[in-house]
Amino acid sequence: MKRVRLSYPYISVWMPLFIIAPMLFVLYYATFKDGAFTLEYVKQVFTTTNYLPALWTSIWIALVTTAVCLIIGYPVAYILSTMNKRVAALVSILFIMPMWMNMLLRTFAWKMVLDDTGVLASVINALTGNSPKLLYTPAAVLIATIYDFLPFMILPLYTTLMKMDRSHIEAARDLGATGVQTFTKVILPLSVPGIISGITMVFVPAMSTFAISRMLGGGKVKMIGEVIERKIMEQNDPAVGSTLAILLIILVIISMAIMNKVDKENGSAGGTLW
Amino acid sequence: MKKILSVILAAAMLAALVPALVSCDSSKTLNMLNWGEYLDPELKTEFKKRTGITINEKTVTSNEEMLKLLEANDCPYDLCIPSDYAVQRLIKGGKLAEINYDNIPNIKHIDERFIKISAGFDPDNKHSVPYTWGVLGIMYNTTMVDEADIGSWDLLWNEKYSGQIFMYDSIRDAMAAALCRKGYSINTVNADEINEAANDIIAMNPHYRGWVTDQVKDDMIDGKGAIALVYSGDAVWSMEPNEGNEDLAFFVPEEGSNIYFDNMVIPVNSKKKDMAEQFINFLLDPEIAAQNTEFVYYTSPNTGVPALLGEFLSNCSAYNITDDEVKRCEIFKDLGDSIKLYNDAWDRIQAAIAK
Repeated sequence: MKRVRLSYPYISVWMPLFIIAPMLFVLYYATFKDGAFTLEYVKQVFTTTNYLPALWTSIWIALVTTAVCLIIGYPVAYILSTMNKRVAALVSILFIMPMWMNMLLRTFAWKMVLDDTGVLASVINALTGNSPKLLYTPAAVLIATIYDFLPFMILPLYTTLMKMDRSHIEAARDLGATGVQTFTKVILPLSVPGIISGITMVFVPAMSTFAISRMLGGGKVKMIGEVIERKIMEQNDPAVGSTLAILLIILVIISMAIMNKVDKENGSAGGTLW
Repeated sequence: MKKILSVILAAAMLAALVPALVSCDSSKTLNMLNWGEYLDPELKTEFKKRTGITINEKTVTSNEEMLKLLEANDCPYDLCIPSDYAVQRLIKGGKLAEINYDNIPNIKHIDERFIKISAGFDPDNKHSVPYTWGVLGIMYNTTMVDEADIGSWDLLWNEKYSGQIFMYDSIRDAMAAALCRKGYSINTVNADEINEAANDIIAMNPHYRGWVTDQVKDDMIDGKGAIALVYSGDAVWSMEPNEGNEDLAFFVPEEGSNIYFDNMVIPVNSKKKDMAEQFINFLLDPEIAAQNTEFVYYTSPNTGVPALLGEFLSNCSAYNITDDEVKRCEIFKDLGDSIKLYNDAWDRIQAAIAK
């Protein structure tokens, strides 16, 4: 009983004040005009071609980021899970360490690395002879986003793979499964919950990244967060801005629902972070 | 025991804080709303030494932010430095106090030319005193750009420099370049002219290296671009020999451009108008103004300043805008509801960039 009571301040003050009320404001701005309900702004968002391109950019960047994080993160997490626990703990700290630093600072650091005269450009120049312009391109935004979100993919995968009962693998091998078969028939299905939470933790925040695209995209990579900011802050048009924000929330809810469904169909085993 | 001790310590710390809070609120403090790095901090010390008045500065990054704060009913500020069109809107809204020029004898140092131009946004010159001014123009790297190509806004549309052009990521400034190039007014509310300018920008977008604001200075100093749309003050900053790049140069295109003024104004609710006027008068003193100019690098409208400037500013083409160049320029006017035409064009440009 006592424990429940401890949560009262959160439920009765924090949540209504800082989560529910702001969401209601956003909903109100999006669907009311001069005090009357309207769908005008929703129509405006979908009938003009002014706002949707940024949404596609966001989805595209989030998808690529998630895919690359999964491709890089899975082997890393798997190798970690097979390591001696102490070593694995040490190595995973190395992966988490960049997260101890503020994201803006990390992005600034990337700006220097990706600069025309930066480390990466000089390495590529030495290898291929031409000096690429990396900064202010979609590639720059992608590289930094992938870097930023990789730990969020590795950690849930690592937790799931680590908790996996090794005897399953041994049994598969004993029964004559090849390495590939063991992976596709045993390890991969068992790690689905980790994959799901990894994807959710990367895809959702990646879609709404803001600072990275602004700092490294040089104004040429427009994501939905920037459009929302422009409408509300610059053009004093909270209606369309809020409509776009709600659209983003709906997209997030849809992607979470899909993930949940996949998770359930797989008969969730092992620990998820969500 | 430990608990009691910590309570006492906390109480003592609080007690130490109280006088600090009170002194902040005392009658000898002037709340100023300013842009970042837009006032030499040494001058605050000097002013306090002379008058005992503390300047409490809060900084913002855009006129829109300033307007929001100044248009609020409980505006706590006594002095602010908004740009021309913001001043115009504030006057329309009755948010500015009339300045008593009897308290500002140093107003005589302000160049007559600018009193005339600023009547464009402050009709009777009753509410504002120019602080700095500048013009929109093109900064270019002399080692990358042919001398033959400079002179016109066409330089920003010259595909020869594809991938080396920086645009200014701000609606009216970017549109001003496109409008002037076609010979239209930067305050036009003709939808066809606005659309034509927007289309020109969209067509050129693939050739831009980036859309930037403040970082344009660093990017041009590093040589990331050959050409950039900038305000003269930012050009001065970038051309400075020690931390800037001496290869950079600046010109005001022949078709005309925007001239802006940042102006000292006093919000109507200020209870310390006299003190604010005292500070304005202090800042208009030629020696003080010159010291401030060497700090902020934006052109001063004070006629006493040029003679007191150091070698760099005295010779910098972006600092010393000629009379001819000024005559070609126009101020931005507050467009009222017609700003929607620009907002729509801007949304269209942004969507084209996102594609």
